[in-house]
Amino acid sequence: MLIFEHSRPARRNPSQAPQDKAADLKAIPEKFRRKKRPLLPEVSELQAVRHYTRLSQKNFSIDTHFYPLGSCTMKYNPRACNKLAMLPGFLARHPHAPESLSQGFLACMYELQEMLKEVTGMKGVSLTPMAGAQGEFAGMAMIRAFHDARNDVQRTEILVPNAAHGTNPATAVMCGYTVREIPTDAQGDVDIEALKGAVGPHTAGIMLTNPSTLGVFERRIMEIARIVHEAGGLLYYDGANLNAILGKVKPGDMGFDVIHMNLHKTFSTPHGGGGPGAGPVGVSERLLPFMPVPIVDCDGKAYRFLTEADRPQTIGRLSAFAGNAGVLLRAYIYARLLGSEGMHRVAEFATLNANYLMARLAQSGYDLAFPERRATHEFIVTLKRQAKELGITAMDVAKRLLDLGYHAPTTYFPLLVPECLLIEPSETEAKEELDRFITAMQQILTEAQTTPEIVKAAPHTLPVRRLDDVKAARELDLAWKPLG
Amino acid sequence: MPFIPHTEDDIQHMLAAIGATGIEDLFDEIPEALRAAAALKSIPPGMSEMDVTRLMMQRAEQDGRPLCFAGAGAYDHHIPAAVWEIATRGEFYSSYTPYQAEASQGTLQLLYEYQTMMASLTGMDVSNASLYDGASALAEAVLMAVRANRKSSSRRVLMPGTVHPAYRKVVRAIVTMQNIELIELPYCTECGHTVPESLERYSGGDVAALVIPQPNFFGVLEEVDALTDWAHRHGALVIGVANPVSLALLTPPGEWGENGADIVCGEGQPLGAPLSSGGPYFGFMCCKLEHVRQMPGRIVGRTVDLDGKPGFTLTLQAREQHIRRSKATSNICTNQGLVVTAATIHMALLGPDGLERVAAACHANTLALVEALTAIDGVTKLFDRPLFHEAVIQLPRPVDEVLGELADRGLLGGYKLGDDYPELSNALLVCATETKNADDLELFAKHLRDILKPQ
Repeated sequence: MLIFEHSRPARRNPSQAPQDKAADLKAIPEKFRRKKRPLLPEVSELQAVRHYTRLSQKNFSIDTHFYPLGSCTMKYNPRACNKLAMLPGFLARHPHAPESLSQGFLACMYELQEMLKEVTGMKGVSLTPMAGAQGEFAGMAMIRAFHDARNDVQRTEILVPNAAHGTNPATAVMCGYTVREIPTDAQGDVDIEALKGAVGPHTAGIMLTNPSTLGVFERRIMEIARIVHEAGGLLYYDGANLNAILGKVKPGDMGFDVIHMNLHKTFSTPHGGGGPGAGPVGVSERLLPFMPVPIVDCDGKAYRFLTEADRPQTIGRLSAFAGNAGVLLRAYIYARLLGSEGMHRVAEFATLNANYLMARLAQSGYDLAFPERRATHEFIVTLKRQAKELGITAMDVAKRLLDLGYHAPTTYFPLLVPECLLIEPSETEAKEELDRFITAMQQILTEAQTTPEIVKAAPHTLPVRRLDDVKAARELDLAWKPLG
Repeated sequence: MPFIPHTEDDIQHMLAAIGATGIEDLFDEIPEALRAAAALKSIPPGMSEMDVTRLMMQRAEQDGRPLCFAGAGAYDHHIPAAVWEIATRGEFYSSYTPYQAEASQGTLQLLYEYQTMMASLTGMDVSNASLYDGASALAEAVLMAVRANRKSSSRRVLMPGTVHPAYRKVVRAIVTMQNIELIELPYCTECGHTVPESLERYSGGDVAALVIPQPNFFGVLEEVDALTDWAHRHGALVIGVANPVSLALLTPPGEWGENGADIVCGEGQPLGAPLSSGGPYFGFMCCKLEHVRQMPGRIVGRTVDLDGKPGFTLTLQAREQHIRRSKATSNICTNQGLVVTAATIHMALLGPDGLERVAAACHANTLALVEALTAIDGVTKLFDRPLFHEAVIQLPRPVDEVLGELADRGLLGGYKLGDDYPELSNALLVCATETKNADDLELFAKHLRDILKPQ
């Protein structure tokens, strides 16, 4: 039932809006006035609370289910991060509050910048990008600004491995570049010979994720960096998989010129049903002048925002104010709770959990996409064989997992591996939970052989069964309309 | 180990299953030289929740709680207690993008309800599930309009100087690399609006879109009907930039002029997001049905399941980066799901009557504030035009000094316009939302009177 179906004309919540006699609106001429009220529900506070509480109960979430969604780092979001970021003082701070009334907030932001510099091995960090894709945009825009500032304008091409996340090519195009895909070899590494053949005077840069989206570490990263740099291009690091390498290897040391971090992954800010995220960028020395503003600076006594006046070569602003400050606060609190030792352990236990799951699933009869490789924080299972022999697809396994109380892994990404499940357990899951997941996966494999119809028709126990996506796209119903 | 549940026994069993002797073995594909340098030396040691709580409480309290008369894109509204109580339930807070529709019906239905509310509020056919913020939403709207305008292949977009200055900067940063030309329109220095007749000089040239803010950055109401009709007469699409609370009172962009705006975007913050230093907020975007396939961002549709039971799913995904890659409508991936969750609950709790009362109270309070402030010697109101809930006042002294002294007295007096508009050097943009009562207005006037009193 929709909230609108609970609605009755003239039902109100008098405690939620000013109730004095109607305000005088004569200063707004009639021609500017709305004639018909908008279609908002007229429900009691209890009806709204109950409706949205019930809706929440139709969701899988980290707080309720193991959520091994590869590439998304669905780790526990500590409640302290939310509670403390929502202290009244933080919520009430207006973005235009003067710096004299902002030192507490700015101190958190400055310290977060410094910690992210250390984590990534970069020379400068700007916190303003509001999501990973915006961080990518900032990174590409800085690469372009760097070449433009040198009048090196023939560099029109960005190299992207064919395993890359879809945001990479989409971002390169938004920055006016054309995209050239680089193939991947059978072991999941970038095809070095193809890379050598592709670089040249047109190369503006390369976008790389390491560990890659294939769940393996790009072993020849130093060679890749050398090839691209020698051709005059820059290296962009997609920080989607930073969780696997905290304290184990720094992107700055690998030769990257610019990186974005997904704080909603590695720094455990909530995914919130699809955002808000935060995608700070870190840069090497030569890209420092181009960082997006504002940036928090400290002269030893006080903190202040650096703006266009301080950074005349900046690529500019990406948000109306200073990015998703509340998300950044949560990341800061998480970083303080973890500290240096805690961060090292994140990578260690994320990797331990992934390698354990990978080994046990392989023993259980699942095929690995890269059986010769270590898992990083995630790994890929391919159901190509089951699809051919039993007609059971990755989608079927994913949907059956929902019945058994597990959120599905990422399906059909990366696009290179047929019938794939990208599985990322994260460091916050206990061994018993992983063992129960393995049992569920074993059960599905048995069902696939004995009662495949159960798997193919899954899910059976959720609020809805498989939905008609074709109908959704052809007969668009994107907003409710009242009857009559 | 914070948030890591492994016992020593677990670790040994897991390593044995993997066939490794220690956790370090698992990193043996990373070149040795890189690993040696990776220790996080300058990160401070971890703290307990108790100690972090003390630190954060100090930091939050350090910044005081000034009485806020600043607006300029972020507005101090009452948020019903239930809004964030429900939005931060773990099932909303810790779920992800609803790719697995069957396990995400809560988020999906909520987004469908949100889309319904926003489409109705703006008077448009459809809404997406949100973008990052108002400024980046306008940048996406500009890109979308250039793609969607079938009558014109122009890449020129007319951008009034009365659009929020930060929005104009963000649009510039995001769209210019795609060879889109932004032409800034002057505003009337008497009335603070974009004079429709002033557009005539662009009549000859090919224009892809005209941006129309309502209310504009000065709080002033634009001649939206005339501007919209001018754009449509000249083959340009209309991008409305609206404050969603104002839409409870003002003509929805879908009804501007003869045919209404084509795309509407804006900042969703006034619908239940706390000020929170500027984010996370959310950008909303709505459009006419004919343009829906050019709209960026997630969109939820209602459909049926195998048994014919109604359900919700992400739809029109062929527009998006994970399918279309370099040919996507945008690189956007996530939206601002949790803030939209709050906004949807906020709108449900206020209802049409509540939202209208909030809007009307903001309008009335701002008029009362202007009256109280302009009663002070040397303080005048600029721009003789109808306004919504912000106004520009002229001070007899430099704004920085006055704002500084007000801050010392615990007041956020408004937004200094001189940085973005040099011709408005002593001008202050003020806002009094429904959260301010008569005593607050009087307090502001009293302090300003004291500060401006001849020494």
